[in-house]
Amino acid sequence: MLRNKAIIAGAADSDVGKVPEMSGLALNAQAAQRALADAGLALSDVDGLITAYSMTEPYFMLGSVLAEYLGITPSLCASLTVGGATPGIALHQAAMAVATGEAEVVLVTAGENRATGQSRDDAVKALSHVGHPYFEMPYGPIVPSFYALIAQRYMHENGTTREQMAHVAVAARAHARMNPAAPAAEALSVDDVLASKPISSPLNMLDCCLISDAASAFVVTKPERAPDLPHRPAWLLGIGQCHTHEHVTMAKDLTAFGSAHSGAKAYAMAGLGPADVDFAELYDCFTIVPIIEAEELGLAPKGEGGQLFESGETRIGGRCPINTHGGLLSYAQAGASGGMHGIVEAVRQLRGGEGVRQVAKHDIALVHNEGGVLSSHCTMILGRDAQ
Amino acid sequence: MSDGPTDLPAPREAPDAGPYWQAAREDRLVMQNCYGCGTYRFFPSLLCPECGSEEQVWGPCSGRGTIYSLTTVHRAPSPAFRKIVPYTVALIELEEGPRMMTNIVGEGRNEAAIGDAVEVCFEARGTDAKVPQFKLAGA
Ligand SMILES: [Zn+2]
Repeated sequence: MLRNKAIIAGAADSDVGKVPEMSGLALNAQAAQRALADAGLALSDVDGLITAYSMTEPYFMLGSVLAEYLGITPSLCASLTVGGATPGIALHQAAMAVATGEAEVVLVTAGENRATGQSRDDAVKALSHVGHPYFEMPYGPIVPSFYALIAQRYMHENGTTREQMAHVAVAARAHARMNPAAPAAEALSVDDVLASKPISSPLNMLDCCLISDAASAFVVTKPERAPDLPHRPAWLLGIGQCHTHEHVTMAKDLTAFGSAHSGAKAYAMAGLGPADVDFAELYDCFTIVPIIEAEELGLAPKGEGGQLFESGETRIGGRCPINTHGGLLSYAQAGASGGMHGIVEAVRQLRGGEGVRQVAKHDIALVHNEGGVLSSHCTMILGRDAQ
Repeated sequence: MSDGPTDLPAPREAPDAGPYWQAAREDRLVMQNCYGCGTYRFFPSLLCPECGSEEQVWGPCSGRGTIYSLTTVHRAPSPAFRKIVPYTVALIELEEGPRMMTNIVGEGRNEAAIGDAVEVCFEARGTDAKVPQFKLAGA
């Protein structure tokens, strides 16, 4: 039981967007330095390091490579590869480490230079290896195809519409335009999304997340340190994982996923339910995904996630603001960093003071990360206070 | 997508799926059928995911199924696939139970929809390989 046993003492992103002068390791180091400064700590305080993976700089042991690059010698170090679910799962590992006393200060980072570290063709090619090498790749799917198969089935069974999916992208862009750290971009309309280039039906270009240079980091430590921190920490109230498959062909169902189970575990640990969530940072690699997650996590009734986004209630100022930083769709996506930006945003929103982007009620945040093809899930419930 | 030979990639044949690819060369679709519980399974594996049994036989499949979901790909992952865009990637639910990924090929492929009945056919790849493909039933 991890409720109230770990806090996120500091959190930060690197510069995001196109950052051609920095390597992936440099982006991770920049985010790490900023997160540690946010926590009032230094690299010399870190005794645990967890990082993710990199497609542009595919080092064999990225955790050890990053420790070497940062000049630290942690007593706990690992690189995790669970796709977009990696940041949440790293938080889970870090929380267990501090709760058991195996580590005191765990630094968690993720990200890479995916926009400028490789050609666009290489990016598409590398990502296509997400598919099964023997039984999927012979048929030429791309990553959006896997999610398109889900979207198509979801629309067929639940009546979710293309317009509702477009609203997800429109809302994300509106939030990104309120975020000074997000790459500059034009406002979007539903028609813009529907008229954008077809990628893998029903998904168009603007239904797909960005490809960015970005990294993100947070610092996990024990609650006893809370009074000494320069800023209010975020309390880990609940966390849960569920892993149902990796390849879309092997998913038992394309309309019910592991997020319902990871969410139930996180809610149970926190002693809270969907009605207690003030705002949410959901994984939005494609517009269909947060619609599904909102339903699975109880933020909308089954089959009504599309209406939730269409209603405007997910906008800042609405009943349940979602992806207040702009999400993977309009803020940043660099491999495993995607979901971590949502964790960083939740920590900041809980603290307060985010200006025009600040949500009105900010006591309880829900963050959801997913990896693969809605394959691996981690739901986190973070609080402004212990519960 | 043409039904003749293409320069699309030959399949990579994993050691635990030899009979699957050999049968495809002979225009037959086979899958592992568990002795323990009778379940057909795909992807191939050492242990039955339903009952854990190692005892199995590569059994013939009817080659009939329905479209569970599908997508039209406009941006291909490689030059060979780029030549044939747009093409359809689908998940088929076989009569025997398992799902498999495929392209929809042949007559009417651009009008295919969820729930449509399909049947297996085989497409030559590389110098001596074939991959199972599906076409609309009766096409
Ligand atoms: Zn069995």
